[in-house]
Amino acid sequence: MASDKNIRQLSVFIENKTGKLSTVLKLIGHNKIDIRAMNIADTNDFGILRLILSDTESALSILKDNEYAVAITDVIAICVDDTPGGLAGALSVLDAEGISVEYMYASLSDKGDAANVVIRVDDNEKAAEALMAKNYRLITDADL
Amino acid sequence: MENYWNQEIECMSRDEMKKLQSERLVAQVKHVWDHVPYYRQKMEEKGVTPDDIKSINDLHKLPFLQKSDLRDAYPYGLLAKPLSECVRIHSTSGTTGKRVVAFYTQNDIDMWEECCARAITAAGGTKEDVCQVCYGYGLFTGGAGLDGGAHKVGCLTLPMSSGNTDRQIQFMLDLKSTIICCTPSYAAYIGEAFKEMGYKPEDNCLKAGIFGAEPWTEEMRKEIEKALGIKAYDIYGLTETSGPGVAFECSEQTGMHINEDNFIAEIIDPDTGEVLPEGSKGELVFTSITKEAFPLLRYRTRDICVLSREKCSCGRTLVKMAKPMGRSDDMLIIRGVNVFPSQIETVLIAQGYPPNYQIEIDRVNNVDTFDIYVEMTTEQFSDTVKAVQKRESELVNAIKTVLGINPKVHLVSPKTIARSEGKAVRVIDKRKLV
Repeated sequence: MASDKNIRQLSVFIENKTGKLSTVLKLIGHNKIDIRAMNIADTNDFGILRLILSDTESALSILKDNEYAVAITDVIAICVDDTPGGLAGALSVLDAEGISVEYMYASLSDKGDAANVVIRVDDNEKAAEALMAKNYRLITDADL
Repeated sequence: MENYWNQEIECMSRDEMKKLQSERLVAQVKHVWDHVPYYRQKMEEKGVTPDDIKSINDLHKLPFLQKSDLRDAYPYGLLAKPLSECVRIHSTSGTTGKRVVAFYTQNDIDMWEECCARAITAAGGTKEDVCQVCYGYGLFTGGAGLDGGAHKVGCLTLPMSSGNTDRQIQFMLDLKSTIICCTPSYAAYIGEAFKEMGYKPEDNCLKAGIFGAEPWTEEMRKEIEKALGIKAYDIYGLTETSGPGVAFECSEQTGMHINEDNFIAEIIDPDTGEVLPEGSKGELVFTSITKEAFPLLRYRTRDICVLSREKCSCGRTLVKMAKPMGRSDDMLIIRGVNVFPSQIETVLIAQGYPPNYQIEIDRVNNVDTFDIYVEMTTEQFSDTVKAVQKRESELVNAIKTVLGINPKVHLVSPKTIARSEGKAVRVIDKRKLV
């Protein structure tokens, strides 16, 4: 269950075919759900669309109703300075704790001097504690 | 407490049954010799006359009949009664080539409906039951056979035919259906739709289902039983011999009892035609000894299975046939290996994927390609590529272990492989081998 240190990410199975991605994105858009961050992992046959949304619960039920295979995962998101080495600093905190990163993706924040980074690790709790100890600001569902 | 529709026949001693079969066989051979020139010629070619057939022990002397004979003789070549005596025609689905038509006299219809009544009774059906028949009605034998059987038993019969699944479920609930009859793939589809409409298995009044007309697996039986909250019974038959009801399952569910008073079963080696000893696996051959209009002697079904005379706890003495492993028409030869689609279905269910799949075979640079399209589900999905691919490779390995050849699995979006309301199209063979 999501603790207050995590955010919920919605993943969607996308067949590697023309139009499959836009159909999902249109569905989310029509329902007035905003995409705060996104990423796609692709293989030869399929892709995994990962989304941080303004309303994850609604998107989940809409996608399920439309017969999509979906997964909800708790991830952590942090705010790093938009300066050279900003992200490397955060990752070295995780390295020092022996926490491995499964994948990550970033989006620029609206403020312009910082970037939001979504990180999927094997131990959310431990990663969050380590980052907070080094004064990184965690973004939570409340910030969305 | 086991119920029988016709206890005298269903529990008849082996000796009495052999005597009955012998009498009927001798009469049937005379009947076709006298009325069907096509048979007479086949028998003459083999040097057999009706005088050579004195009992069931002489059955092996008769020539085989194959599906190609039925096609060659289309439409009237095997007819053994004047058309004025015939009251009905049914036809095969024609999926493996030219259609075959079968003719029925009123006695033939009565015999067939009696066979279906035995099946419904064995599944626990009585006149108190509401029997929903969602096999297709029309030329296909499924609808008419179970409909007739249900009438004989005295069930309140709902002649729904196949399709319009929302209405099927509405009627099932409103009219409190207790028995449902259809193809197993349609039963699975109804079960899925039932769940999606937000119902639980206990929300319906169904107690039993009678499913046949296509190969299905034990795993699929469990899925259907769970989804609808019923006990699922297998039924076997083919248009050529009558339709469903040639054999049926009892409460023990370890094979289907063959209605031996009407159909003599043999197991042969499909390559040599030699009759195999009891308990051997081989091709099932039927001789219909009571059919008047369209009698078949030693008809090769192409179904591969095993017969068993082991004592059945239900009390019936009728020989049992195991669920066919597949039809030799359905059997694919991929890279020289025999593959039955039902084997793939078994693996999919065991690995947690829906039994809705499509196989595509092609030949590229003289090598067979073997692609299986499988629907992704939320349960199998994960946010990481690593996890999804791990499950995918587990599936590939499991199929490889069972079949001995490596498939290429493609995961596709849920519910994108066409659902079937009749016989499912599982195989697309693009090879041009002829």
